[in-house]
Amino acid sequence: MELIATAHNGPAGIAAARLGEEDCRHNFCEMHSPLEANGARVEAERCYFCFDAPCLEACPTGIDVPGFIRMIANHNPAGAAGLILQENIMGGTCARACPVETLCEHACVRNQDDDRPVTIGLLQRYAVDQALDQDVNYFSRASDSGRSVGVVGAGPAGLACAHRLAVMGHSVVVYEAREKTGGLNEYGLAAYKMLNDFAQRESRFITSVGGIEIAHGKTFGHDFSLADLRDRHDGVFLGLGLGGGNTLGIPGETSAGVEDAVDFIDRLRQATRLSSIPVGKRVVVIGGGMTAIDVAVQAKLLGAEDVTLVYRRGPEQMKASAKEQDFARIRGVTIRFWAQPESVVHQDGSVTGVEFHVTGGPDGQRRPPNFVLDADMVFKAIGQAPQPLAEALAGFKRERGRLVVDANRLTSQAGVWAGGDCIAGGDDLTVSAVQDGKLAANAIHETLSAGGTD
Amino acid sequence: MSELKTSFIGIESPNPFWLASAPPTDKAYNVNRAFEAGWGGVVWKTLGEDGPPIVNVSGPRYAAMHGKDRSVIGFNNIELITDRPLQTNLEEIAQVKKDWPDRALVVSLMVPCTEEAWKSVLARVEDTGADGVELNFGCPHGMSERGMGAAVGQVPEYVEMVTAWCKQYSGLPVIVKLTPNVTDIRQPARAALKGGADAVSLINTISSVMSVDLDSFSAVPTIDQRATHGGYCGPAVKPIALHMVSDIARDPDCAGVPISAIGGVSNWRDAAEFILLGAGNVQVCTAAMTHGFKIIDDMVDGLSRYLARMELSSVGQAVGQAVPSLTDWQHLNLNYTVKAQIDQNLCIQCGRCHIVCEDTSHQAISARMNGRRHYEVVEEECVGCNLCVTVCPVENCLTLRTLENEVDLRTGRMIKSEEKIQWTAHPNNPMAAPDA
Ligand SMILES: Cc1cc2nc3c(=O)[nH]c(=O)nc-3n(C[C@H](O)[C@H](O)[C@H](O)COP(=O)(O)OP(=O)(O)OC[C@H]3O[C@@H](n4cnc5c(N)ncnc54)[C@H](O)[C@@H]3O)c2cc1C
Ligand SMILES: Cc1cc2nc3c(=O)[nH]c(=O)nc-3n(C[C@H](O)[C@H](O)[C@H](O)COP(=O)(O)O)c2cc1C
Ligand code: SF4
Repeated sequence: MELIATAHNGPAGIAAARLGEEDCRHNFCEMHSPLEANGARVEAERCYFCFDAPCLEACPTGIDVPGFIRMIANHNPAGAAGLILQENIMGGTCARACPVETLCEHACVRNQDDDRPVTIGLLQRYAVDQALDQDVNYFSRASDSGRSVGVVGAGPAGLACAHRLAVMGHSVVVYEAREKTGGLNEYGLAAYKMLNDFAQRESRFITSVGGIEIAHGKTFGHDFSLADLRDRHDGVFLGLGLGGGNTLGIPGETSAGVEDAVDFIDRLRQATRLSSIPVGKRVVVIGGGMTAIDVAVQAKLLGAEDVTLVYRRGPEQMKASAKEQDFARIRGVTIRFWAQPESVVHQDGSVTGVEFHVTGGPDGQRRPPNFVLDADMVFKAIGQAPQPLAEALAGFKRERGRLVVDANRLTSQAGVWAGGDCIAGGDDLTVSAVQDGKLAANAIHETLSAGGTD
Repeated sequence: MSELKTSFIGIESPNPFWLASAPPTDKAYNVNRAFEAGWGGVVWKTLGEDGPPIVNVSGPRYAAMHGKDRSVIGFNNIELITDRPLQTNLEEIAQVKKDWPDRALVVSLMVPCTEEAWKSVLARVEDTGADGVELNFGCPHGMSERGMGAAVGQVPEYVEMVTAWCKQYSGLPVIVKLTPNVTDIRQPARAALKGGADAVSLINTISSVMSVDLDSFSAVPTIDQRATHGGYCGPAVKPIALHMVSDIARDPDCAGVPISAIGGVSNWRDAAEFILLGAGNVQVCTAAMTHGFKIIDDMVDGLSRYLARMELSSVGQAVGQAVPSLTDWQHLNLNYTVKAQIDQNLCIQCGRCHIVCEDTSHQAISARMNGRRHYEVVEEECVGCNLCVTVCPVENCLTLRTLENEVDLRTGRMIKSEEKIQWTAHPNNPMAAPDA
């Protein structure tokens, strides 16, 4: 890793250009150096080609990991990418964004004899990047089925579903509220994971198969209804994501300078100049997941001088893995455990700090006294919630706002399937959204082929 | 630490590691560096007859087979004998021997198959003060097509004849370097002895085509779109060399012949193996060519410690110690029974043992226990073949256990340790001799 540029004694409050554009670009460099051809083959040779491989079982999309790694070892990255994309059309994004240390790489048997798994994520990235660079063509559409499916949301779930349906010969219209395709791939994943406009490149690759129309600026529940979808299409898939942030429910939460982490990252991802994004000098992040880590790190990389992430429980309970915690620490983020926000301290309507009480460890006992962390910017990263869609989804069976689905991702309403973050029981990962879309597409295809659902 | 000083057919060297006749020994510059690094001796790159110098290709002359992590496993060359003038080589040899009197300096020779040619070159070599000559009857490419090298080595009568000339016209010790490109290595070895050779050295390189370039449809190394077979050496040839060395060591007709072993020696362990199978010293080429001369440090230190550990005070005491272990298949004890066993504490659950046994062998390793990944040997099926041990990535996790006075669950037979039975006496052998 290259050393990061840091700011010193910059202006208090929230300000843009704490670091120059060049320093920002430097800081937002590749999170892991991609492998080159020989490095990839050498790493691939470390794979034991396990029987009934645990890495394969650990992958939510069931990619044949040892199979594709062997192809890389044998100078066949195009074949490797084919194997990956067959199960996971977003293999490129997943290779960049998956928390592999809790998925495939966690399962790798090499952890036991070598203390170091095969770097499956980097190998997957190598293969898929090669394939995208070389415009290898993997999919051709089955003959036109004459059936059409309406998909809501062009995020990982929606696109994965649309792609598979298109391959199977159906025509798909994807209704997307926003201007760009990709969902959180475009608006949510950390900037350093998705350099060089990768979300758009991948989206173009996915839609290039044909038979997929993306209707931008069309908001479900606003521009059209479920009845409209049922009218126009033979089947419906909902891949809406969540779209709303949870609230802390503490005094002072509405002060200026308190923001939902997802909104901040959204702006950052869309900025043409990173240094144009205003950020606090002293930043407090509340939360314990991937988003908390991402917003803390990105604030630091933009030149925030003091970034403290506060989590109410301990390191083991944190949703962000040990590797992600270290990733943040190495970039200068301070992580504090066992403290919960009590109120946002503010002056003249703007935040000046956050008061915490000490939760005191596993026994849950409060340990006075409280403490205050000074802050001129506070990020809430305590998960997303499905509130915005409450009305549109009123007719569905739901659990804490999220859609209840069966194993085939069928909702409580016939002819409507759903997947990704908007369904209950998921783990809010890109890779799981892709798997949902894929399973739903298989089920939709089966239903349509049997003549069902008009 | 044991003494490594050796005397091989009267040629003294501070250790048994010589550089084989090849590019590392082609000039004084290289040889001086080798001796500075600590090598015990060299066999100078093969000299030819006087006259217009040899012409080598100016395209690539080497190619390799790489292993994991790009280490060189096999090496191949289409180089000829020295392409420098004979006189230059002889002058350098004389000077080097003068500067390094304690090191072995043997001169490799290959001239046309006439008495006159050998006679004249031998006289000039003797004048340099070199310790001996090695007759290159082995080079499989280029020179063999001109009636030299392997072309001589493949015909025992020629081997004997040329060896006899050398003994007749020179007082120097004669080592005959054998080509492995024959069906039975004992034939040329016996011929060399008949001709009066003091020792044999082996192996020279094995005829090989290294690979084919899949884009250009040309074999490799490619010289202007064409290629030719070369000579194969390096770690990959060691098992072949071990077999040939031991075949000579076991041959009653070759009893006691000093052997200088060559072929894939890369470290002290390889050297020790050759010595135990009958070699008096070893020669090294590829390992030096792929790592430089400094590898000698490990060779010397490792061998010396090994000999000490085995309570052998000199190299000589180790020579041939493993030869009696080699026999013919029919004399193996067919009553000896082993079973695979898995150390569950070391097992990383990769399942390789299961899948190879399941797909290609005896279905003797189960994959699940109570629905979980768990690999266990099924002794009722295990024939003790060693395949699972071979593929297990963890050292000492899968091992073979010898049955001693217990029932073989596969055959139901009691295995009595003291009961030995060879094929020659086996009841299933129609030709068995009852008391063999
Ligand atoms: C900040 C952040 C960082 C993350 N980092 C990671 C990570 O590193 N690795 C990882 O695996 N996961 C990460 N995740 C989770 C991951 O991004 C999601 O699980 C995944 O994107 C879910 O895909 P989806 O298709 O269900 O929803 P989304 O990606 O949210 O896509 C939903 C799409 O539907 C559209 N939409 C919403 N409502 C409507 C409507 N009413 N009408 C029409 N269109 C609508 C949206 O505009 C969007 O395009 C992160 C999440 C966040 C918030
Ligand atoms: C490039 C090259 C050139 C060689 N030239 C000769 C030679 O001139 N004379 C000879 O007797 N052997 C020659 N050999 C064979 C080596 O001396 C040696 O027998 C063979 O390489 C096996 O040993 P190794 O596995 O340690 O390399 C050559 C080998 C190589 C690789
Ligand atoms: S678990 Fe690791 S070693 Fe085994 S197949 Fe998967 S990547 Fe290869």
